[in-house]
Amino acid sequence: MAVYFQKREVVVPGQLLAEGRYRASFGTYGEDGKIFSSLVGLAELRGNTVKVVALEGAYIPKEGDLVIGIITLVAGNNWKVDIGGPYGASLHANNALRRPYSDDISEYMDIGDVIAAEIIAFDRGSGPFLGMKGRGLRVLQGGMILNVSPAKIPRIIGRRGSMINMIKDHLNIQTMVGQNGRIWIRAPSTEVLRLAIKAFRTIEAQAHTSKLTDRISEMLSEEMAKIKASSSPGNEIDSEEVDVPDDISDEDESDVELEPESEYEVMTEAVEDESVEVEAEAQVIEEEDEKKNEEVSEE
Amino acid sequence: MSPEIKPDFLISPEGLRVDGRRPDEMRPIELKVGVLKQADGSASIRQGKTYIIAGVYGPRELHPRHLTLNDRAYLRVEYRMATFSVPDRKRPAPSRREKEISMVIANALKPALFLEEFPKAVVDVFIQVIQADGGTRCAAINAASLALADAGIPMKSLIPSVAVGKADGQLIVDLGDEEDKYGQGDVPMAIIPNTEELTLLQQDGSFTREELQEAMQMGINACKYLHELQKEALRRAYVKKTPDEEDDEDDEDDDFDDDLETDLGEAELMEDE
Repeated sequence: MAVYFQKREVVVPGQLLAEGRYRASFGTYGEDGKIFSSLVGLAELRGNTVKVVALEGAYIPKEGDLVIGIITLVAGNNWKVDIGGPYGASLHANNALRRPYSDDISEYMDIGDVIAAEIIAFDRGSGPFLGMKGRGLRVLQGGMILNVSPAKIPRIIGRRGSMINMIKDHLNIQTMVGQNGRIWIRAPSTEVLRLAIKAFRTIEAQAHTSKLTDRISEMLSEEMAKIKASSSPGNEIDSEEVDVPDDISDEDESDVELEPESEYEVMTEAVEDESVEVEAEAQVIEEEDEKKNEEVSEE
Repeated sequence: MSPEIKPDFLISPEGLRVDGRRPDEMRPIELKVGVLKQADGSASIRQGKTYIIAGVYGPRELHPRHLTLNDRAYLRVEYRMATFSVPDRKRPAPSRREKEISMVIANALKPALFLEEFPKAVVDVFIQVIQADGGTRCAAINAASLALADAGIPMKSLIPSVAVGKADGQLIVDLGDEEDKYGQGDVPMAIIPNTEELTLLQQDGSFTREELQEAMQMGINACKYLHELQKEALRRAYVKKTPDEEDDEDDEDDDFDDDLETDLGEAELMEDE
């Protein structure tokens, strides 16, 4: 009975980790009573189970995993789904739709659609099968997909979702984290989206440092304060709740770049009275303000 | 490069080799891990003037499909020499020699890998010889093994490899180009260091039984030294990736443990309202 590594020590393949009545777990292998590492990573001892936390690696499906996939093929009543890693998954219509459903299942989901699904079966014989019958499992509309290393996903979610919930609270974004290293993000503005990406990238780069949640939280509060300061106070940023007036309906909202701080504030001030008159009770987003400002100057 | 001339002797009267090494001395070796950004794992090796880069991709989906193995991943090794790696331009088409060495390297690496963890997939290993100065197949194995570890492919152990040979009747370790060309024999070998299992053993030239046994012993010793270098290179690369470990210990150590334990029940609950 002996353990030959320090807690969180970087170990290399073939390194002797423990001897005696220990149980080999992920990232290790046992050979006549001895346990060796099979990966580069951080060694951990929990109870009498030895494991190595990988720092790299492709996504290997596991039953029960939430994954974010992209539909690559519609075949009969199956969808073929790319979930990253070496294995392509399939999703049977019975596991996604409520019966009766149309014969042409591409009516419901088609090539290129991004979905949140669950791995319902995977073993050595048959490739991973997905299911979409569960809370929140659906086609993901809008937003973007961010790819990170699958090995870093546990850190991004945090203990009982502490990290991801903290990020959501700060940024007020919609997001879904797949175990396959894909993160779906829908943010109310480009700046917040950039900030969210920055946060996830930072976690990925510093996944194995301590007090990460606190540091990220601090960073987010600072950055959010800056964003708030640069946008006009009182104007709620929420693209979904805004009904776009007819005169600017041809404007592509998502492509509108927000103006730099100083210039922008001047504009909102100039516009304030006008907007009260035009749309007294409406919630106005910045883009509209800009538009109106142009109108004002034309007048 | 000027045309090569055969040196007058491979072992000097003082018992030193053409480049001044002792018979059991290796060339200076420099190993680096994580040299390529696009690859899943990569490593480079400089062994004397030999310079090789290895990149690993995968495990990933295997194309063409007919190569699929149902019980384990397919290990595809491609050893290539750059056109400028040798004094005369090497023709860029894959030669018989390159194909053979690719196969030999795959066979040397396979016994250490747990390929059965990824049935039907493929692990691609691309090895590019930038500059050749003897011992490329052995150097390639050293680099490829590191690159596989860097890619997170589970393995029993890193595989070190070295060539032992004979020049002027004297057994020598880690042949250089001239010793390889003008010497009397060459025994490249690779081992699994913990068990001293041989995963590669080739020979050209003639050796007596005693010579071969001694050569293998010298090779095993050299491999063990190389194995230490490999482990150190790998650790160096990964300790760099895990910065500021020094800050406060106990409390968030536990915190960290728990962070790694993320069960999916929770992950599912955290999608948007």
